[in-house]
Amino acid sequence: MTDQYPSLILIAPLLFALFVFISSWFSRKPAFIMTAIALGLSSASAVGLLAQIMANGPLSYRIGGWAPPMGIEYYVDHLNALVLVVVSCLAFWNLIATRPDIERSYGDKAPIFYTLYLLSVAGHLGIVVTGDAFNLYVLLEIAALSGYALLAMGNARAHLSTLRYLFMGTVGASFYLLGVGYMYIMTGSLNMLDLARLLPPLYESPAIAAAFGLVLVGIFIKMAFFPLHAWLPNAYSDANSPASSLIAPMTTKVMVYAMIRICLTVFTPALAFKSVWFSNGMVWAAVVAMVMGALFALTQKDMKKMLTYVLISEVGYMVGGFWLGNRLGMTGSILHIVNDAVMTLCVFLCVGCITFRTGSTQFESLKGLSRKQPYTMAALVLGGLAMIGVPPTCGFYSKWYLILGGLDAGHYEFVAALVFSSLINIVLFFRIFEIAFFEPYGDMHGDHYHGPPHEKIQDAPWSMVLPLLVVAVGLIVLGLYSGSIVTNIIDFAIPATII
Amino acid sequence: MTEFLQTGLTAHYNYWIYIILMLIGLWAMMAKVNLIKKIIGMNIFQTAIILFYVSIGAKKGGTIPILEHAPGHGHEYIMDAALYINPLPHVLMLTAIVVSVATLGVALALALKTYREHKTLDEDEILSHLSE
Repeated sequence: MTDQYPSLILIAPLLFALFVFISSWFSRKPAFIMTAIALGLSSASAVGLLAQIMANGPLSYRIGGWAPPMGIEYYVDHLNALVLVVVSCLAFWNLIATRPDIERSYGDKAPIFYTLYLLSVAGHLGIVVTGDAFNLYVLLEIAALSGYALLAMGNARAHLSTLRYLFMGTVGASFYLLGVGYMYIMTGSLNMLDLARLLPPLYESPAIAAAFGLVLVGIFIKMAFFPLHAWLPNAYSDANSPASSLIAPMTTKVMVYAMIRICLTVFTPALAFKSVWFSNGMVWAAVVAMVMGALFALTQKDMKKMLTYVLISEVGYMVGGFWLGNRLGMTGSILHIVNDAVMTLCVFLCVGCITFRTGSTQFESLKGLSRKQPYTMAALVLGGLAMIGVPPTCGFYSKWYLILGGLDAGHYEFVAALVFSSLINIVLFFRIFEIAFFEPYGDMHGDHYHGPPHEKIQDAPWSMVLPLLVVAVGLIVLGLYSGSIVTNIIDFAIPATII
Repeated sequence: MTEFLQTGLTAHYNYWIYIILMLIGLWAMMAKVNLIKKIIGMNIFQTAIILFYVSIGAKKGGTIPILEHAPGHGHEYIMDAALYINPLPHVLMLTAIVVSVATLGVALALALKTYREHKTLDEDEILSHLSE
């Protein structure tokens, strides 16, 4: 059983998606339990796989016993074992934490929601586990298509903003597919490790440069890297909270992983960092992403929408940290994948707890909420501090590595942008804290407020608040253990050639 | 000029066709305001890439890759791979076609939902409805 972990991670949610859908014809009761079992199984296998990788090193798994490069291979090393654990665990935990919200928002459609939830998680996990460039495309689209359906179930604007996301996402995936096609023409292979072996003699060829560019642009669209981000804020903020708190922490991080995998494994660092102007240009693009994301966030009057722009800024951290091209920067980037996933989960779960009671995250409706929802607000404070990067929360440690990497590479503009966007984060979150903690409630009869009367608002049910508090405390625990994550896992994930 | 026509255009005409189709699709997605026209543009864009893959598998004078006298059936002979078209890109495109059909389905469903809410498919009109 233990040597089947790589496929078990993926098959559990995929198979249970079918079972949940079939069971919904008879009763909608077992759907939640089945989903929880599938994701629990998936996370347990991911943790088991990580332990295996840490003990025995990277692992190659042949689907159906067909030998690569003809068969599809799952290739797992320290990098994707770590991301697998993060993605599967946060999907499981988000399911537990949002159950009352799911049951209330979707009602009779809840089993459909669970089915799509499982498919989306399976797609994202597949992107991380696969070792085949074309297989990655298929899983990319499985993840995206179920994601569109999840995000479309939201407020009145959700359909249009999801349709716009679908247009952008399809273009992104198509560019990726085209890039893979160029690689196939030149090498005749689709297996990532095989490509890594066949490509180096061809690095001078313009077709390979085009393939590299197309694949990267495709991935950048999917991860909402500024200025290709336009689809993200509306699509995420118009969706219902259980869907957005699943997809917001997952999609961007998984796509950053895909970028790292393409640049480090398929194309060796020798090609990715061959031309200095290109990697410098990428760092500058990340600088722009960080600054613009932060500035856009500053103009928002809705907490959920503000957080989506913070997310765009965070994508800039990870992309920029990777393209610094040194060990410290990449360590920071990979550590930030983990930390940002948990931080984003924390703040989006807070949004879920707030909208569960008030129906809105407009700054107007947050007035005096700390007295009504003390536990949610406590978690939001921790999440905000982590986003800002206050020690000992986890956000501090990855930013610390990123800053060291920036200084080491001589990219002072990157360091300046990182500090700038952290300062903006202070403004963003302390503005919310001020509204929630110090503004009096009671004068709630403004034009924009249509929720329940303020006297009746109370904290979200325990089944939502307790998992949220666990995530919030997890931010500190993750911060305290970040040293051992770096030395035991991330150090092995970065090739030895990068100093 | 004639050299360009011979080597750049006629020898690689399949690439030119896919690039032109791709740009038509992209243009429709960007310039059209009607949601259905945008969806059609998206489908042209995807189809262009499918055609690109299909064309790279084809060979002049090649036949379908079915071995009538395959080894193990009493006939041992050496195959000449150049006589057969490459089936792998075609097989890959079966998957890509499924993906594009699914994407089209989701896109049309979303367009239908939008139409039922706003009684129009014009994106500008919908946006002006929403901002009211």
